Amino acid sequence: MDGNGSAPRFPLPSEIADAPGAEGWRSMYPYFTRFQPEDDQRFWFYNSMHFPEPIPAFDTVTAEIPYSAIGANTARVFVFPTTLGIEHRIVNGRVYITALPVTDPEEIGRRAAIFGERAAHYYENWDAQYEGWKLRMRELIRQIEAITVPELPEFEDRAVVFESRGVAQNHYVRENFHRCIDLFSKMWHHHTEMLMLGYGAYVVFFQFCQQAFPEISDQTAARMVAGIDVIMYRPDDELRKLARIAVQAGVDDLFTEGCSPEEVLAALAGRGEAGQTWLAAFEQAREPWFNVSTGDGFYHHHRSWADDLTVPFTALPRYVAQVRDGRLADRPTEALRAERERIATEYRELLASEEERGAFDQMLGLCRLVFPFVEDHKFYCEHWFTSQFFGKIREFGGLLARFGVLAEAEDVFQLHHTEIDQALSDVMLAWAAGGPPLGAAHWRPIVAERKRMLAALHDWSPPPALGPVPEALNDPAVRMLWGITQQTIEAWLRPDEDAIRGFGASSGIVEGPARVLTDVNQIGEVRDGEILVCPVTAPSWAPVFGKIKATVSDIGGSMSHAAIVAREYGMPAVVGTGDATKRIRTGQLVRVDGDRGTVHVIG
Amino acid sequence: MDPASAPPPLVRQIADLGAADVASAGGKAASLGELTRAGLRVPAGYVVTAQAFALAVAALDRDGALRGGIARLPAEDLGAIGRAAARVRARITAAPLPADVAAEITAAHDRLGAAAVAVRSSATLEDSPEASFAGLQDTYLGVRGLDAVLDRVRSCWASLYNDESVAYRRRLGLPEDGLGMGVVVQRMLSPRAAGVMFTRSPVSGDRSVVAIEGTWGLGSALVAGEVTPDSFTVSKVTGEITGRRVGAKLRLHSVMPNAAGVTAQAMPAGLRGRPCLTDDEARTLAQVARQVEEHFGFPQDIEWALLGDDPARPALHGEPADRVVLLQSRPETVWAARDSAPVATPQPRASDHILSRLGKPL
Repeated sequence: MDGNGSAPRFPLPSEIADAPGAEGWRSMYPYFTRFQPEDDQRFWFYNSMHFPEPIPAFDTVTAEIPYSAIGANTARVFVFPTTLGIEHRIVNGRVYITALPVTDPEEIGRRAAIFGERAAHYYENWDAQYEGWKLRMRELIRQIEAITVPELPEFEDRAVVFESRGVAQNHYVRENFHRCIDLFSKMWHHHTEMLMLGYGAYVVFFQFCQQAFPEISDQTAARMVAGIDVIMYRPDDELRKLARIAVQAGVDDLFTEGCSPEEVLAALAGRGEAGQTWLAAFEQAREPWFNVSTGDGFYHHHRSWADDLTVPFTALPRYVAQVRDGRLADRPTEALRAERERIATEYRELLASEEERGAFDQMLGLCRLVFPFVEDHKFYCEHWFTSQFFGKIREFGGLLARFGVLAEAEDVFQLHHTEIDQALSDVMLAWAAGGPPLGAAHWRPIVAERKRMLAALHDWSPPPALGPVPEALNDPAVRMLWGITQQTIEAWLRPDEDAIRGFGASSGIVEGPARVLTDVNQIGEVRDGEILVCPVTAPSWAPVFGKIKATVSDIGGSMSHAAIVAREYGMPAVVGTGDATKRIRTGQLVRVDGDRGTVHVIG
Repeated sequence: MDPASAPPPLVRQIADLGAADVASAGGKAASLGELTRAGLRVPAGYVVTAQAFALAVAALDRDGALRGGIARLPAEDLGAIGRAAARVRARITAAPLPADVAAEITAAHDRLGAAAVAVRSSATLEDSPEASFAGLQDTYLGVRGLDAVLDRVRSCWASLYNDESVAYRRRLGLPEDGLGMGVVVQRMLSPRAAGVMFTRSPVSGDRSVVAIEGTWGLGSALVAGEVTPDSFTVSKVTGEITGRRVGAKLRLHSVMPNAAGVTAQAMPAGLRGRPCLTDDEARTLAQVARQVEEHFGFPQDIEWALLGDDPARPALHGEPADRVVLLQSRPETVWAARDSAPVATPQPRASDHILSRLGKPL
């Protein structure tokens, strides 16, 4: 990247020019997300895993709050010895992050003493902690679902008077909005409560495997850990069940490739008892399993299945056809479990001594103990809670639109949460005073300008990293979640014109036409036999995994859900390529090599 | 020799040999016998035993003066070593074989009925876990006709007195009397591809992988360093191919069509950059390697060949395991000497591993 022959480095933050047509991007984001001059001294990488697109102003809440929670957990609550928290910055609409390491041995020792006692408390009581965690998370979900957006009618409800409540609805506009943000923050604190410890267990096991077996791939180590009965498979399992019911009830003729969810549902309503049977099963499956997001819970426009039935209705016709042919199989959980045990047992036997085997048993046991939480938390947090959260914010957008402050409800996501606070105050005052709010003239031009800038920012190609090349990567999350290692950084420094390089997350070599999706809402476009190329493969994409031959993503580690699912489907996967979605076009013939972690465009 | 016991045989069938026969047949022959016992395929053949060698050398050096002279040479006097070794070699290659040895070889050779054979040294000190003599003794490929075989048996014996072999023994201070040498005579193969494989990574010592190197045709081009081989790293556990590099294979060693010797020629252009193994074949070889390792009980260094006349022949689908033939297996010596402290030891609590690793700089 640096052509001067000096120490290799990425572009410095200060060298990044504003994207053409979006020179005013800074006005969308809070001051604390801006690069500072001294940030040039540090290594930053583009978090395209969570933020593959330019980020709308409201959606910065999904960076601000998670990083606030993660850092609190690692730096202050559990006092991880070698890492503080994660800092983030936004440039041209893209989120760059860096982990703050602890390198002074004395300081590490001081932190280790505290960490040992605190971490052990969770590890030693993991299952009980997880049971408690689920109760706490379900309570948070109940609370976010229960939040109401005041309607601000002409006259207040009588109850305010006759029950001596004394507080008018406009007060609850702010209180309830704040409550949404506060609950989102609490959810993220609980999200990280056990997750960083979970990753810690993985990192330690993976390091052990790499020392004992220097050539083992992360994916193979991951296969020894992978859980079989994890919640994230449940939405897909529910679709298979619905496909079976459709055939049993004799309404399967309605599920055809490209069918419209609305039309199918309307037709079912007119199919008598059989239609009602299916619809009843559908309603049952929906709650909570359709609260799975088509993204990873970081953008407001990643709607859930419940919001947008396109994804489940893309998968249903295939499953229905398979039921008819007697080909629809459930996940072969017993075979998967047996294979997992075989791999672990054989590696165990290959270890050099009984001592190593004893240590291996302990570390693997700990990984398997933490695995259900590490895998399942996503459904509770990023999917179920977050789908509800964005839904509530959308309702506040509806209130602002009704009062004319915004042109439409969806525009609320063009404002930072502190700006929404101001706009809501405007409405509260206007309702109280009886006059119109002043926000229309103020916010509508801002919203229009931000939408225009976001479109311009879409065309900007973010460098995978900024700043000097780091000596070591110390953060467990960076390694496990983002899949970023020293090798990744080296590959970023020397882009190979021919090969698109990433991590082989699931082995095998296949060729096929590419389907490049930059937005999960395009999922209905995927056709049989294509190779899916996307910024990040989200868990809820599992229904199309039966259609595609391979998957390639810009970002992802070997423990990412996509990698796990791809291995189960026996489908080659290359994750963490950095820029596959930019270098490959839909329709091009590509060869995916899941062993070597390479993708080649061959025609 | 105790007159009551039968004299040790001068020639034995490879299939009758086992690990206990290193002293009488040499390491290579014994390992080939063991491979047969493990149910693996090796080329049919026989071994001219160390007893035959002992008879021949005793006839040439009745008072032991020749060998005793060598034993007294200082290891650093390479000039003297060279002169003494050359004298022994000249005597061995010039003298006819003892009559009973020649008769036994003739009988075994007729029974084998091969148009061409490989004649390979099988020293009794070679290939022990402690010392690798690899490559110090001679091998002759594509040997045709009984007279040529008898000649090459003498050449193999003489190769025990190659300058480098003698210098090596002097450096290690090994005795000269009691040296033994078997000679393996096997049906000559014309493999489609051949090479070597290790049941642990030669680079990292990883015991969970098989490292395979190979080239088109005979493996001699690879052993001689005339080609950059194709290399594959295969996981023993998952069968995944975790490393794959196609080498620039510029030379091709192959058996001449009439089996009259071996030729070395430029590799046909179409084969140079083409991998000599399919992924399936690499996986099959890795499975065979695991079998060998399990049989011997420790990591092995194996020479392999894949049968098939035409190097351009496509994959051997459906019948791969039958087509793998092994030419040698010996203990891996490099990493065996290096194994060190355990990576981790059991802790009072499983979570103590987290603290002990995350509690220091990564």
